[in-house]
Amino acid sequence: MERIAILQMGKFLLVTIQVDMHDQLALTLQDDLTNKIQQKGAKGVLIDISALEMVDSFIGRMIADISAMSRLLDAHTVLVGMQPAVAITLVELGLPLTGVRTALNVERGMRLLRADVEADDHEYAGTAEGADGGHSH
Amino acid sequence: MAVTATDVVPVRTEQDIVLSRQLVRKLLQQLQFSLVDQTKMVTAASELARNAVIYGGGGTMSWQILDNGGRAGLRLSFEDQGPGIPDTVLAMTDGWTSGHGMGKGLPGSKRLVNEFDLQTAPGQGTTVTITRWK
Repeated sequence: MERIAILQMGKFLLVTIQVDMHDQLALTLQDDLTNKIQQKGAKGVLIDISALEMVDSFIGRMIADISAMSRLLDAHTVLVGMQPAVAITLVELGLPLTGVRTALNVERGMRLLRADVEADDHEYAGTAEGADGGHSH
Repeated sequence: MAVTATDVVPVRTEQDIVLSRQLVRKLLQQLQFSLVDQTKMVTAASELARNAVIYGGGGTMSWQILDNGGRAGLRLSFEDQGPGIPDTVLAMTDGWTSGHGMGKGLPGSKRLVNEFDLQTAPGQGTTVTITRWK
């Protein structure tokens, strides 16, 4: 079966969508990605759509869903590389993808993900300290 | 207004949705539409092709290249023999959906094109015609 490759880079998963996806392919990607986040304990997902010439409501919903699902699985998502014509069309279509984080390119997207993970680690360390303090006496 | 070229293609499967939007892209490129105009029309075509497959049980997309006194246009007509739409006002409302979609297909497509026409009745199928002028 046709599939979109998911690459692992340390704590992050990288997906580059380079084909004009039919609906089932988009749904398979959603399944594969959520499974892989859980299996690998991934902390971030970067989706590169710079090669996509069109995002309709189906693909838009798939992207928004992946972002929400990965958050439930303790991972952050950043969408990178959207073409200006696609951004214009999505807003007119009525699908501004509110809640989906974006960056202009892969490099900036990776920086955002790293910052997110550091912020999570920091928060976690703070909680752990508090718990230790409670148990010390 | 003259029709300079026309054809009909099937829109029955998910793969047909992909093929129809690729065909629309090719036609728009031939007519030298701007990239933004291409993207809008291709996206509208994708929405309407999916509607025909999912809600209409499959149908056809006919296309016409138009020439209106030197101004080029592309007209697409998506026709299915499905159950039709009982309440067109509701169907044209943002966010309303009879299925699992986001309810953006019809009202969203209308915003992406210059002309939009919806012909439907319960039991009579649905035909949506859109036109984009260069």
